[in-house]
Amino acid sequence: MSSWLDYTINGLIVGNVYALVAVGLALIFGVSRLINFAQGSIYLVGAYIGWVAVVQLHTPLPLTIIVVAVAAALVGLVIERFGLRPLQNSVRIAPLLATIGISFVLDQLVMLTFSPNPRALPSQLPDVRFQVGGGTIGPLDLLIAGVGITSALLLFVFLRYSKLGWAVRATAQDRDAAMQMGVDVNRVNQAVFGIAAALGGVSGLLVGMYYNQIDTAMSLQATLKGVVAEVVGGAGNVPGAVIGSLLLGLVESYGVAVFGTSYRNLFAFLLLVVVLVLRPNGLFASARQAPPEPLTGTFIAPSRPVRIPRWALLVAAAAFAILPLFPVSFYVLQTLINAWLLGMLALSLTLVAGTIGQVSLGHAALLAIGAYTSALLSLNFSVPVGLAIIGGGLMSAALGTALISPSFRLRGHYVSIATLAIGEIVSLVILNWESVTRGPIGISGIPPLALFGYDLISATSIYWFSFIVMVVLALLQGRLLGSHLGRSFRAIRDDDIAARAYGLSLNRYKSLAFIFGGFAAGVSGGIAAHLYSYINHETFNTQQSILALTVVILGGLGNVVGAIVGSVALVGLPEVFRIAAEYRILIYGIVLLLLVRFRPQGLLGTM
Amino acid sequence: MTTSAAEPLLALSNVNTFYGQAQVHFDLSITVGRGHIVCLLGGNASGKSTTMKIILGLVKPRSGDVTFDGASLLGLTTPQIVRRGIASVPEARRLFADMSVRENILMGAFVRNDREAIAQDLEKMLGLFPKLGQRLSQRAGSLSGGEQQMVAMARALMSRPRMIVMDEPTMGLSPLYVDRVLELIRTINQEGVSVFMVEQNASLALEIAHEAYVLQTGKIVLSGPARALKDDPRIRDAYLGGSEAA
Repeated sequence: MSSWLDYTINGLIVGNVYALVAVGLALIFGVSRLINFAQGSIYLVGAYIGWVAVVQLHTPLPLTIIVVAVAAALVGLVIERFGLRPLQNSVRIAPLLATIGISFVLDQLVMLTFSPNPRALPSQLPDVRFQVGGGTIGPLDLLIAGVGITSALLLFVFLRYSKLGWAVRATAQDRDAAMQMGVDVNRVNQAVFGIAAALGGVSGLLVGMYYNQIDTAMSLQATLKGVVAEVVGGAGNVPGAVIGSLLLGLVESYGVAVFGTSYRNLFAFLLLVVVLVLRPNGLFASARQAPPEPLTGTFIAPSRPVRIPRWALLVAAAAFAILPLFPVSFYVLQTLINAWLLGMLALSLTLVAGTIGQVSLGHAALLAIGAYTSALLSLNFSVPVGLAIIGGGLMSAALGTALISPSFRLRGHYVSIATLAIGEIVSLVILNWESVTRGPIGISGIPPLALFGYDLISATSIYWFSFIVMVVLALLQGRLLGSHLGRSFRAIRDDDIAARAYGLSLNRYKSLAFIFGGFAAGVSGGIAAHLYSYINHETFNTQQSILALTVVILGGLGNVVGAIVGSVALVGLPEVFRIAAEYRILIYGIVLLLLVRFRPQGLLGTM
Repeated sequence: MTTSAAEPLLALSNVNTFYGQAQVHFDLSITVGRGHIVCLLGGNASGKSTTMKIILGLVKPRSGDVTFDGASLLGLTTPQIVRRGIASVPEARRLFADMSVRENILMGAFVRNDREAIAQDLEKMLGLFPKLGQRLSQRAGSLSGGEQQMVAMARALMSRPRMIVMDEPTMGLSPLYVDRVLELIRTINQEGVSVFMVEQNASLALEIAHEAYVLQTGKIVLSGPARALKDDPRIRDAYLGGSEAA
C-alpha cells in the first residue's frame, strides 16, 4: 500500500503536468479572452511527436523535449494564424467554436495517422526509485518537476524582462491601450499561442512517458483538466493556473487514495463546479478584476432567419411521413431514425444555446439521464415503455435543470465550461453508482420500443414513432418561441442586464428553458435506450454534445427548422457520400470550422 | 517632401463614420497646426471620442481622409500610426493596472529601441512629474486618479511623439489636479509637441487651446481661435445640445 507521501508526490507531479497545459490556457485567455479548446489536441500531438522521436528516430531525451516543443509551437502558430486570426472581428462565440473544430480535426488526424490503439512511450530514463521519507520518487518524477519549474521560471523571466513579455502583459490588461503604445497584438497572440503550444506539447510527452502509454483519448481529458485548473486559479491568471493545477493534482490524488481510481475525474469536475459557483473568478482573482464576460449580446451571430413558407414545411413533413410507404431500404430508414433522434437533441440545444444563449457543451448528459431513467423504469419497475420514455424526459427536465441551476449566474464561456463539467460529472456518477446504474457493465436487455402494448420492432414503425415525437416537440417549441415566453428568452440572451432591469427573473426563465429542453433531450435518450437495448456510461459522451452543437450551429442557433435540417444534413450526408466512419468526426470538425468562418449564422439563420 | 509651417500636422477631411447603420460623423474636417493645441468640444454622444479613435486607427471611417504630416493614416494599423509619432492619453487613463508605474511609463517607449535615451527620458519624466518618483514600483492601479493621469501623460511622452491626442484629460480629477494637468499640457506643448484634445469642459479647454472646434451630433457647428470662441454665447448652447445654435 502506498503512503500518503506517495499520493502527495503523485499529486504534485500530475499537478505539474496539468500546470503546463493550464499556463498556456491562462496566457491565451489573458490576451484574447478565449478558452482554447484545442489545447488538449496540441498536447496529444506533442505526445505522438514524442513517440515518433523516441521510438522511431531514437532521439536522446533532451533532444526529444526540444523537438516536441518546437513542433508543437509550430502547430500552435498555424492554429493562431489560420484558425483564429481571421475571426478577430466576428462574434465572440466564433473563436471558441473554432477551437472546438480545430481540436476535432487535429485529434482525428492523429487517430488516422497512428490508429486509435494505445502505444507505449518509453521514458528513456532508468527505472529506479529513491526512498524519500515514507515514499518513493523516480527519475521521471524529478524530470517532470524539473521541466515544470524550469518552464515557470523561463515564463516569469520572459514576462518580466523581455519586451515581448511586457507586450503580452500589457495586452492582457488592456488590449486597446497596448495598441496605442504601439504593441502589435497579432504578434502578441502569435507569441502566446506558440508558447502555450510548446508547453502543452511537452506536457503530452511527459504524461505519455509517465504512464508509458499514449492514445487519442488523451486530448479531451487534457483540455478538460487544463480548463479546470485554469478556471480554479482564475481565468487568465498565470500564477493562479500553476497553483490551481497543483491543487487539482492533489485533490485527484487524495480522492483516488480514498475512493479508488474511477473517482479521479469526478473530483476534478466537482472542484470546478464548486469554484465556479462560489468564486467564478477563480480562487486567486482579485476583486478589481473586470467581470469575466461582457454582455451576451455579441456572443451569437445576429441575422435574419431564412423564411420558409408554411406550405413548404408541410410538404416536406408529409414527404418524410409517407417515405416508409415507398420501397426504401432499411438502411435509409435507419439513418433517418438517427437523424430524428439527433433532431430532438438539437431542438433541445437550439432552445438552450440559441434562444436563451446558454451554450451548453454537456447536452449528452441529458440524453444519458433520459436513457437510464427510461431503461431502469421499464426493467426494474416494469413500467410500459411509452410511459418510461416520458418518465425519462421528465427526469432529464428535472434533474438536468437542478444540476445546471448553480451555474445560472455564469455567462458566456463560463456556461460552456460549467455544462461541460456537469456533463462529465453525470457520466462519472453513472460509472460509479453501481447499485443503480450497474456501473461500467452498463444496462443490457432493455425492452424494445412499445406503444400501448404493441412492440415497435419494424424499422417502419420505429421511424414513424420517432418522427412523430420529433415533429410534436418541434411544433411545441415553435409555439413557445412565438409566445411571450420566447421573447423573454431572447431578451435574456441579447442583454441579460437590460432584461433584468425590466423585471425578468433570469433564474426562472433559464430554468424554464432547461426544463423544456431537458424534456426533449430526455425523450430522445429514452427512445435511444430502447432502440439500442444496451447502454453504458460512454454511450452518450462529450463528442455527442459537440455533434449536437455543430448541428445547431449548422441549422442556425435558435432556429427550430434549422435544428432538424442540420440533423438530417449531418447524419444523412456522410451516409449519402458513403464516408467511412473514422472520417466523420473529421468532417464534422471541418464543417464547424467552415461555418464559423463563412456562415456563422448557419444555413437558416439565427432566430 | 517640403513641410511648411503653414501646412497642418494633422488633417481630417470630410470624414464620414458609421457604427453599423448609425452615422457618427458627417463630413468632419479638422486640422491641427504644427505646435498648436487644438481642442474638440462637444456634449455626450457628439462623436468626440470616435474622432480620437479615427485618428488612432481604432475605428475606420467610411469615407474621407486622415493625414499626418502630409501622409494618409488610413490603412495603417494603430501600432503603425503610433510609430509615425502620435501618442495618446486615452479616456479614463487606461493604465496597465497590474504593472508597476515604472513599467507603465516605459511601455510608452515600446516603439523605441534606444535604451540609454529611454532611461534618460524616464529621468526627465520624473523631473516633469516629481510625485511619480516615490511611486515607481507601486502598482499603477493603486494610484489616485490624478496620479494616474500623470502616469498616462508621462507614458504618452515617452514615445517622443510629435503629437499627443488626449481624451478628456481632466475628467474625474480634483480641481487641484485639473489645474496641474492643464499646466502640464501647456508645458508639453511649449516643448514642441502638438496637442489634440477632446473635452467636455469648454471653459477650461479654451484657456489653453489655440483653436477649438465644437462638435454636435457628428457635425462641426463652430470653430475658430480659442480666444474668439471663449466669449461666444453659442458655445454654451452648442453642447448643452438641442438649441439651433448654428
